[in-house]
Amino acid sequence: MSDEGGRRILITGIAGALAGRLAARLEADERVEHLVGVDLIEPSHDLSRTEFVRTDLRNPLVAKVLDSSRADTIVHLSITAAPHGAGGRARMKELNVIGTMQLLAAAQKSMRLRKLVVKSTTAVYGSNYADPALFREEVAPGGAPRSGYSKDAVEVEGYGRAFGRRRSDVTLSVLRFANFIGPDVDSPLTRYLSMPVVPTVFGYDPRLQLVHEDDAVEILFRSTMEEHPGIYNVAGPGIVYLSQAVRLAGKPSVSVPLPFVNGLASLVRRAGAIDFSPEQLQFLMFGRVGSIDRMRAEFDYEPQYSTKAALLQHLQAAGIQPLIQPEMIERAERELADVISRVGRVLTRG
Amino acid sequence: MTTRSHAVGADAEVIDLDPLRRRGNARRTEPTTRARCAQTLAGGTTCRNYAGASGYCRVHEPEDSEQAAPRIQLPTGPTLAESRDFEEAVTKALAFLRRRLTGDYEVDIYGFDRELTEQVLMPLARPLYQKYWRVRAVGLENVPSDSGALIVANHAGTLPFDAIMVKMALLDEHPAHRHLRELAADLALRVPVVGPLARKTGNTLAHNDDARRLLNSGELVGVWPEGFKGIGKPYRDRYKLQRFGRGGFVEVALRTQAPIIPVAIIGSEEIYPIVANAKFLARIFGFPYFPITWQFPLLGPLGMLPLPSKWVIEFGDPIDTARYGPEAADDPMLVFELTDRVRDTIQQMLYRNLMGRRSVFF
Repeated sequence: MSDEGGRRILITGIAGALAGRLAARLEADERVEHLVGVDLIEPSHDLSRTEFVRTDLRNPLVAKVLDSSRADTIVHLSITAAPHGAGGRARMKELNVIGTMQLLAAAQKSMRLRKLVVKSTTAVYGSNYADPALFREEVAPGGAPRSGYSKDAVEVEGYGRAFGRRRSDVTLSVLRFANFIGPDVDSPLTRYLSMPVVPTVFGYDPRLQLVHEDDAVEILFRSTMEEHPGIYNVAGPGIVYLSQAVRLAGKPSVSVPLPFVNGLASLVRRAGAIDFSPEQLQFLMFGRVGSIDRMRAEFDYEPQYSTKAALLQHLQAAGIQPLIQPEMIERAERELADVISRVGRVLTRG
Repeated sequence: MTTRSHAVGADAEVIDLDPLRRRGNARRTEPTTRARCAQTLAGGTTCRNYAGASGYCRVHEPEDSEQAAPRIQLPTGPTLAESRDFEEAVTKALAFLRRRLTGDYEVDIYGFDRELTEQVLMPLARPLYQKYWRVRAVGLENVPSDSGALIVANHAGTLPFDAIMVKMALLDEHPAHRHLRELAADLALRVPVVGPLARKTGNTLAHNDDARRLLNSGELVGVWPEGFKGIGKPYRDRYKLQRFGRGGFVEVALRTQAPIIPVAIIGSEEIYPIVANAKFLARIFGFPYFPITWQFPLLGPLGMLPLPSKWVIEFGDPIDTARYGPEAADDPMLVFELTDRVRDTIQQMLYRNLMGRRSVFF
């Protein structure tokens, strides 16, 4: 890729957990000569040779950083799903969409740039009852998301594609990740599953597709170091039903009829427990699953964790205390079988 | 005269009723593996009861002198072998419950929950299949055992019981015990409770992507191309096939080179005889139709009970699609032609079966 010397990589949103792990992975690779991380907050990860620049992507400073770092690759991870963390929905949109716009405007002028990796989400497909079981990357979604994070992601991807058209010499990889899961992941979904009683929408049981952060980092790393132009869904194979996930977590769940869901959601939001936005209600009704055939073929990679395995590992590592212990159920099962067989024996003798 | 009758014979469609009758009889006189009682009755006929270990049934069992004393015996409990079976069943049921409670089960990517379907939902439908509608499945040998095929059938009966019965026939009576993967309308998947249940029993959206992927992985895919036009049609139009959608199913079959198996379902069109469609009620509730049937809403909740018609499900000869090649899917004329052919075949199968049946209920 680079004519002389090693790779020079700029990562946006370096304070994020995923970015931290990617940076650590890149630091260990000797082909990488220079690594710059940009974010508003100082990262807490233990990074040695990553140079940190505190700046807002909307600031013209970004262009200077890009210029002075002589980066050949931008890994754009500064897209947040949590309005609470970003300081409100309006600010979140500013950071996500306007930040991307400014970054790509600066990037267009950078003649050294050879590669752009954009983190996106399968949320761009929305969640609808008229969706196919598996979204392929080229399928136009039935109900294009009109609000929140999904809309941001659609717009970010739009800017990415526009950039790709104007700079056809730059390899553009768009990675649509499913919901992240793993021992260290803290997301609206993981918080939802760690509630003492998990509320679900009555009469609906969405299929969930998750991606383990190890697999996510691997795909990000390969996209950064190798040539993989195109759009890819990134997820673990298989699905779990929400009801199944709740039972795996050992939580009781309560079915809330649809008309009351919004009221409950706003209560939960006000309590500050979970960033719950309206588009997530659709997700809790219909879910969404992307096809990972293209990812498998292009990256020649089989994820280490299936959706279920990843969820189990998260539950174990996060120490989510099941209210109903599996051992308790097993003991009850043994005792019940014992009693019934004894009764059976008595009947036989009689 | 002879020439004329010859001409008629050449032109007219010959409807062969015999294979069905033969199959029916063969089934009725099928020898059971269990031995009958050896006692000869007063009329000279043998006793029809099943024999026990002694070669006689319980009524005619020769009594030992010591056992004869207490003439009236308490109903004996299960034998040791039976109690073992019982224990095994209990252990299995408990293990099933445990897996359910702890989430320790697998579903496929479309949401098909094999265990739930086989252990809970299909057993619920089995009495309907065996006792209520006494379904007779014919031509199952036309359904492949280990490769993909597209099952296309007529749709009727207000509620999609016909789909459940076809699923049941393939699971119980096909030698390979195959699961049918139905393509459902998006509206059905939107309905609370029903939608997730449909997915868990193997339904998925009637979408080209889903159908193609399922067929490519060698699944049996079921499609009811009449859709709501068929299932909600009035009683006077029974067994008259409606328009077969836009032929999307033929396109998918051509693309995946899967054979199309036409299926005729007799009996389903009489379970809820629709006499009118309350359009304004349908609009209020957001249903595609609101049926007024002979029973409903006249008899109230009792009117929800379907009529116990006698059902026949005939699986016809497969229509080969491989010989056209996958590119043929892009030829709309061929797609129309094949769609019509499938529709005509099913219509013929329906007529033939209707002529062969004695009554709606027997």
